[in-house]
Formats: sequence, C-alpha cells, structure tokens
Amino acid sequence: MTMEYSRRDLRLLSHRTRMRRLAAIRIVIVLAAASGLNYVVWRWAASVNWESWWIAVPLVLAETYSLIDSLLFALGAWRIRERGEPPAPPATGYTVDVFITTFNEPVDLVMRTARAALDISYPHTTWILDDGAREEVRAAAATLGIGVITRSADWVDRPRHAKAGNLNNALLATEGEFVLVLDADQVPHPGILDRTLGYFKDPQMALVQTPQWFENVPKSDPLGSQAPLFYGPIQQSKDGWNAAFFCGSNAILRREALMQLGLSRYVTDVERSVHRAIRTSRRLLARAREEAAGDRRVTSALRRAGTIVENARAELAQGDGISDVTYRFQRGIDAIARDYADADLAMMRDNLRELAALSNEADTFAGIDDAALEMLTSRETSPLAAIEAISLLAGALDVDRGDEAQAIMPMATISVTEDMATSMRLHGLGWRSAYHGEVLASGLAPEDLETMIGQRLRWAQGTMQVFFRENPLLQRRLSAGQRLMYFGTMWSYFSGFPALVYVTAPVLCLAFGVIPVTAYSLDFFARFIPFLLLNQLLFWVVAAGRPTWRGAQYSLALFPVWIEAVTSAFKNVFLGRPLGFRVTSKVRLDGGKPRWDLVRPQLIVMASLVVALIVVGIRILVGQAEGIAPYVNIVWVIYDLAVFSIIIRAVLYRGPATIEKETV
Amino acid sequence: MTSIDVRAADGGVVLAQSGRLTVVTAPQLRATVTERLAAGDRLIVVDLSTTEFVDSSGLGTLVSCLKAARQAGGDLRIVAPTEQVAMVLRMTNLDRILKPRASVDDALQG
Repeated sequence: MTMEYSRRDLRLLSHRTRMRRLAAIRIVIVLAAASGLNYVVWRWAASVNWESWWIAVPLVLAETYSLIDSLLFALGAWRIRERGEPPAPPATGYTVDVFITTFNEPVDLVMRTARAALDISYPHTTWILDDGAREEVRAAAATLGIGVITRSADWVDRPRHAKAGNLNNALLATEGEFVLVLDADQVPHPGILDRTLGYFKDPQMALVQTPQWFENVPKSDPLGSQAPLFYGPIQQSKDGWNAAFFCGSNAILRREALMQLGLSRYVTDVERSVHRAIRTSRRLLARAREEAAGDRRVTSALRRAGTIVENARAELAQGDGISDVTYRFQRGIDAIARDYADADLAMMRDNLRELAALSNEADTFAGIDDAALEMLTSRETSPLAAIEAISLLAGALDVDRGDEAQAIMPMATISVTEDMATSMRLHGLGWRSAYHGEVLASGLAPEDLETMIGQRLRWAQGTMQVFFRENPLLQRRLSAGQRLMYFGTMWSYFSGFPALVYVTAPVLCLAFGVIPVTAYSLDFFARFIPFLLLNQLLFWVVAAGRPTWRGAQYSLALFPVWIEAVTSAFKNVFLGRPLGFRVTSKVRLDGGKPRWDLVRPQLIVMASLVVALIVVGIRILVGQAEGIAPYVNIVWVIYDLAVFSIIIRAVLYRGPATIEKETV
Repeated sequence: MTSIDVRAADGGVVLAQSGRLTVVTAPQLRATVTERLAAGDRLIVVDLSTTEFVDSSGLGTLVSCLKAARQAGGDLRIVAPTEQVAMVLRMTNLDRILKPRASVDDALQG
C-alpha cells in the first residue's frame, strides 16, 4: 500500500547525522587512515625481520588484517546515519503480525513476551511460532486468546531449517502487511510499532531493525552481552550505505518484500537446477550406459531418457517456459517407466500362469490380480527407479522443489543465521533498510559462560556460512558500499587468526629473543604511535560515550571461538560436514563449578604471557636482553593480559541473581 | 469483487480468478486447487484474464499450487494475464517458469 507522506515525514525519512559531527568524524578518519597506511606500508617495505620470517610474516599479515578492519570501520563511519525522531505511522491502515519465535524456551518466558506483545498499542495480531509444537504452549496461548502456529504437514521428513523454516512456515499462514519478529525472550515495549512503522511510508523500505538490549546484565557486563557499539555506530554506519541488516529479532519486515524475495529465489533455484541437470545430463547418461554395459533393457531406457533430455534442451533453448518443458519431460519419464514395467508385468503374468497350472490349489495366485500388478507401473515402484541417473534427472528437472517443504522460502536457509543472508538478498533486490537506534524491547542474555560461548559461536558460524556461500563482494546487484559493509562484518570474524599471532609474537620475543620487527627505533614509534592513537581517537569519536572496552576485550579473548567458527563453517560449506550447532539457551545451566575447561586455550595464553614476563625479567637482570625491543614487548604483554583478564571474570561470573544475593 | 469461478472443462478444470489475487484472497485459490486435486482433477487452468491485481503473495500461491498439482501427477497453467499481472510476472522472472498461455483452450491442449 503506498501512503501519502507529509513534508514532515519526508524530512524525518531523510534525516541524517548532524554535519558538524560528521565533519569531525571524517577528519579523524582521514588522519587515522593515512597514519595506518603509512605504518603498514613501512612495516612491509622496511621492517620485516626476514631472518625470523616464520613469525615476522604472520605478524605483518596480522597487522595488515587489523588495518583493513579499521579501514572498513572507518568507511562505514564516513556516512554514519543517526536517525532521530521516526516518522509517525498512519493511525490505522497497516496490518501487522507479531511473531514470537520459540523452540524449547520455558513456557513462562514465552508467555511473558506474549502478554507484552498483546499490549503493543498499534493494532496488530500476535502469534506464537512454536517450533516445539508443545501442548503447554498451546494451552497457555489459548487462555490469552493468542494463535499458535506450528509446522504444516509439508515439513514432515523435509529439512526444517531451524528458525528460518519456522518463520517461512508462519509467513504462509498469516496475512499482515508487516511482520514484527521477536525472539521468545524479547519483551516488546508498547510503542515498538508506533516508533517504527512510520519508516515504511517509504514504499521501498523492507526492514527496520531496532537494538537488542538485555535487562539481566549488570552494569559491568562480564559476559559482554550488550553490544553498544554494534547496536549503535556500527549499524548506523551500515545504515548510511543502505546496508543496515536484520539481526533476527526486534525487527519489522515488509511482507511484500519477503514474498518477492521468496519468489525470485524460487525462480533462480529452479532455473539453476534445471540448467545444471541439462548441462550434466549427457555425461551422466553416458556413464550410466557404460555401467549398464550388456543390459539391453537398461541401455534402451537410458537411450530414451537421453532423447527426452535432448528435447527438453531444445525447448529451453527456444525459450519455452520451464514449467512446460519439465512437465513434458516428466511425462516422458513416466512413459518409459510404464513401458519398462509393462515388460516385467508381461513376464510375471506368464510365470504366474505357469505356476498356477503346476499348483494343486488353484486359488493360490488368484489374489495377485491385475490391479495389484498395475501399481508396479507407477514411477516410484517401476524398476526404472533403480536407474540412478534417471532418478537424478527426474528430481532435478522439475519445478516443485520436491526436496523442500515450501516452494517459496522468503527467509534465507543457507545459514544458521538466516537474518543477515535475508537482508543481503533484500538489498540485492533494491529494497531499503533502516536502523532505528532506540531500545524498544528488553531481552534476556545468556547468564553463564558456556551458553554465551555457544551463542557467539553460532553467530560467527552463520556469518561465515554466508561469506562462503554468498560472498557479498561478488553480489553484482549490491552497490559497492553495501558489498563492503557486509564484507566488513564478515572480515571482523577472521580476527581469531591474527589474535593468535598477537599473543605469540611478544612471548617469542620476551622468552626467546626472537624479534619479528627489525627496527624498534624512532622509525617504529614515529609511525606506530600516531596510528595507535588516531585509531583510538576514531573509536572514541564514533562511539560518542558508549562503552567499548568490553567488546574490544572479547574480540581478542574469544579467539578460539572465532577460529572454530571459520574452520567449522568452511568444512560445512565445502565438505558438507555438520556444524555441531546448538540452539541458544535462554536459561542458565546451573553447573555449580566454574568451567575452566571452556577456556583452556585462553588460560594457556595467559600462563605463557606471565612466564614470558618472568623470563624477560631474568634476562634483563643478567644483561641478556638488550635494546628497546623487550620493553616494547613488555607493554604489549601487559596489554594482552589486561584484555584476557575478562576471561577469568567470565568464568567466575555466577549470574545477576547471585550477585545481588552476595551484596545483600 | 474478488471471486473464483470454477468450471469443468475437457481434460481439466478452469479456475477464473477475478478481482485481486493477494495475500488476503490467495488462501481461497489455494483451497480451491487443493479441493479439485483431491476430487481427481489433474490439469488446473488458472484464468487470469479478469484478475486486476496480484502481489507477491498471490504469485507465491500460484507457485505452491503448481507444486501441489505436480506432486499429484498433474499440472497447473496460467492463462491471459492482465497488464498489471503480466508486469509482476516479468518483474519477478516468474514468467520464465510459468509461461502464460494465450487462451484457456491453449492451456487445455497441453
């Protein structure tokens, strides 16, 4: 529905960050980028210690990685878009479905969110999408008069696609023009729709994302649950390039955009499958003919299948509709199946007659009548089904996507984090998105380290799946800025590898005197210090008072998680291995004892850093360590230890409730 | 007014969707197709010559009806879309898969 918008709406829709702030940010960006390039170019050109190349090269690569990371951050911030007051939605006229997605969360938790959803002031319909199809949820929802949507029969024995599948199923069962998606723990504020629907007065707006904020997190945030930088300047930066992306919850989506996406994916997938089948058919059938050498009947069936495929190829080439081409193809296969089975049937009837003649009891074979035999001529039961090449072709040359529950899958199913992939595809179709940075829902963050690590791993794995399957840099329909914004998020998840170098290099230097940089001299400081300071300044200016230290700590301290995410997603996408993925638990697993086993690599790193400090102390005392290099590395190690110290706090953290009890 | 006119034809059944085929009205088409397939019809012809407007959900429903027809061993064909409908078919590239037939007779003939 297109809406008339007022001059005020137009102003609010096009609201951008104040020019003065933007100018300050841009000046710092130019300085930080220049100093960064100056440093890293010098590092490559003049200061790699090639004698210790095995650590010197990884170090300079890690530094290059960090520079690119900071340049991508800066590029985003260049157009940071801090939207202010949102346009008001039309008083009525929009129809909205509120989806509360749940799988195994406690019923109380789901109902708490459901009650709050009922209280949302803008007219809407609330639904609980219960992927666990639990009777308790249905009963509790009934008392509130809320509908429950569970998977339709189509999903039986087909890939369920987790949350993406849950949403896709519900999208086909409802009809609101807009959909608000809420995780089971995200309690919406009554104004959530009033504050966001107005953005959809822009007819090209497909998605409005709002922050995820957690109420069960103490101010010190020991598990780094709040993401003030991400749900702030980072999304706002992406918004400036029309690349603010969907984060799975607390977002409003336009149904028409999602359905259009589902359709366009359907067309692409069917075309791809059909063309691939046609392309590979000759080779496939030739190989099958070779394997069937001697068997005349198989060979003749294969030859006939070949003819049908060639017909299909010719019809496609002359531009016939794929539905018609595949229909004729399928009927052709059916005909082969029938002839094939007929020959068998004739033989069987002859044999049965002979057996009946030999038998003393004439009735023995009367039960096997023609109707029963006739069943054998259908495609599935025909001996043709045993010819794999033909079954394969028949499966691929069709338009029904028989392997999936629904032909139309609006939410992307290529990743365990369907959200980012879906918004990237929406942007590819030319839709717009907005990030509205006002907290409009309160959620529950994981309260223990194990759950937190599982959640971060899942996000990182999902992002990496998208990177490997639909690399944003190669998406022709995205603008250059959009490609880089999506790529930036993915790039940051590679940080586990450089982190490993950042903790190894100083230990090698302090403990064994291995020096990766040739010149820890004025040359070094004159380039490194400005780079470091200007980068910190950029962070500080962009963050505008938001806490950033916790995030910085975890991006280094969770390095084993990031490495596992990259390697497991790589194996999943290219080698077809399972991810080993868990649904994030919203309740604390009361294990009792601190789980040091979860952070063994980090503990090893910390121990190595401490030992390195002790060793270098001894080396300095006995006059073995000379020059400035040890001192630079001592500072570096102390910084690393400060970063990693959060891991100790995280392991010892007992959840918010326990903390309150302790202080009482 | 939005309505579906159902009439048996030689070799199949013709469903004429008049008015709007949208997220609101599409479930009715879906139900009718399911019903006809269950009743034994195999060739479903959807006549779009009086369909004034279709949205992505409407097209999505055509696709899921096509899927249902195929899985029942039959087929679904669309006929004579109006200008708006033809445009949406083109825009989504769905016309590459479901190529519209010029007339109901064409569609029934195979």
